[in-house]
Amino acid sequence: MSNKPAPPSEPRILTCGDTALAVEFGTTMDAGCNRRVFALDRVLKSIPFKGITETVPTYRSLLVHYDPLRLGFSELSDHLLTLLDQPETTERRFRHWRVPVFYDGLDLADVAKAHDMPAEELIRRHSTPRYDVAMIGFTPGFSYLRGLDPVIATPRRTQPRISTPAGTISIGGVQAALQCLAGPSGWHLLGRTPVRTFDPRRDPVFLIEPGDNVTFEQIDAAEFARLERLAERGEAVAELIA
Amino acid sequence: MSVLEVVTAGPLTSVQDFGRFGAQRYGITPSGAMDRLSLAAANALVDRPLSAPAIEIGPTKTVFTVRGGALCVALSGALRFTRIGDDPCPLYRTMTLREGETLTLDATRKGMFSYLAVSGTLKGEPVFGSFSVNARAGLGSPYPRPLQGGDQLAFENTVSLPDRSMVPPVFGDGDIRVVPGPQYDEFGKSTGTFFNSPWQISPTSDRMGYRLEGPTVAHAGNFNIVSDGTVDGSIQVAGGQPIVLMKDRGTTGGYPKIATIISADLGRFAQTRPRHTFRFAIVDVDAAQQETRAFHALLQSLPGKVRINT
Repeated sequence: MSNKPAPPSEPRILTCGDTALAVEFGTTMDAGCNRRVFALDRVLKSIPFKGITETVPTYRSLLVHYDPLRLGFSELSDHLLTLLDQPETTERRFRHWRVPVFYDGLDLADVAKAHDMPAEELIRRHSTPRYDVAMIGFTPGFSYLRGLDPVIATPRRTQPRISTPAGTISIGGVQAALQCLAGPSGWHLLGRTPVRTFDPRRDPVFLIEPGDNVTFEQIDAAEFARLERLAERGEAVAELIA
Repeated sequence: MSVLEVVTAGPLTSVQDFGRFGAQRYGITPSGAMDRLSLAAANALVDRPLSAPAIEIGPTKTVFTVRGGALCVALSGALRFTRIGDDPCPLYRTMTLREGETLTLDATRKGMFSYLAVSGTLKGEPVFGSFSVNARAGLGSPYPRPLQGGDQLAFENTVSLPDRSMVPPVFGDGDIRVVPGPQYDEFGKSTGTFFNSPWQISPTSDRMGYRLEGPTVAHAGNFNIVSDGTVDGSIQVAGGQPIVLMKDRGTTGGYPKIATIISADLGRFAQTRPRHTFRFAIVDVDAAQQETRAFHALLQSLPGKVRINT
């Protein structure tokens, strides 16, 4: 009755009900693991297979939704295991976005103090890395970012906030996040971006894909206000660097 | 064009169809009817496609009225006292609501959700192929939120139907069947606790999740995992308390998942009221998928089960 055991580091196929399964590459936030998730996701995109309805890449596994009326669990498992054995042939091309941030977060001063550094130093360390969008989930457009400077890693708040603003830029543990909609959060709020990763009235509705890269750029209050007006009119206001 | 106007509605009342698919990788959950079988039955009664949008009505008292001309409607799902004006309104039977008449649904006596289908096309704009309301994402049509008093739902191409009825369809009874979840192995001996204990649903449950009340379920990793994907019916355990993720779930989650309710039993589970005691039973994926096929066959058979009363 339990899920198929497999030796460590070998991908495992795990049941997620009768309409989905997960291909698990590991149980940590390891970068290599996340890359393998995206590699399988790309292969599935390039070679359509009857009955697969959608995929959800996460830090360490790929969730594959399928239609059990067209495709059985064993058939899909066998197919996925075959794909895992093949070397990746498709070219990896991720987009790199520059995302403007107004660093006025409620927790900016406290986090800087906790790390015994001026706020400017915290901002510099937060806006320097090229982050990987490890996954999008939790709420619409909520982008989990891998690549936070370990010097500013900060344990999550003990008291989560019931509400945080749309566009919140936060850090929690070793992760950074770009949040789209207003909502609850237990992470530390460093600032806000006018960028909306999800806007149902805009074309494209979704700006950032799982697997893309993001770098933050500090802006001032006036620029934030200007860009936010543009974003409300449906402009992306995030710049594609590559 | 006739309009169904909401007079009063509880918090769990919204337009739903079979849901919105293809954008879970961006954090957009599918939403859709909590009880697909009942939605499909109401649609079959009013001669609409089984997955057409209809009104999902939560367990509290809800009242509608009609403006601009008569509407032919059918109600399915939860058992509750229902009336048109002062006259009793039967469930699973077409009824005509005339201009100015009110349709009143009292609080449910058995079950959680009713479905009100209309023999006409709901005016609105589907988003990613669905009318389903996902309040958190601001999606859904004609209102991207649960229904409130004063809301107006316009229907086009309305037709008057003969007296049509149906024996309420049922799928399965007894234990709620599950398959092992992706972190099943990490629960060790606690899986015994999970399967051998009676459970109840907490009154704080909603379309996002049903909290379960029962014994504490221990997890080897103290309930922390690196987030992974979720599905409808995922049973995640946070701090020892299981929560069944329902149609408005988050698409990913950082709590371990002990099991997943099979898709064929999820509607029946969604209709379970707080304080009602039930148990889980484990099945393997092949058995679950046989049930999926049987459930699908039942859905497809619904139009043929409609009786025309003369």
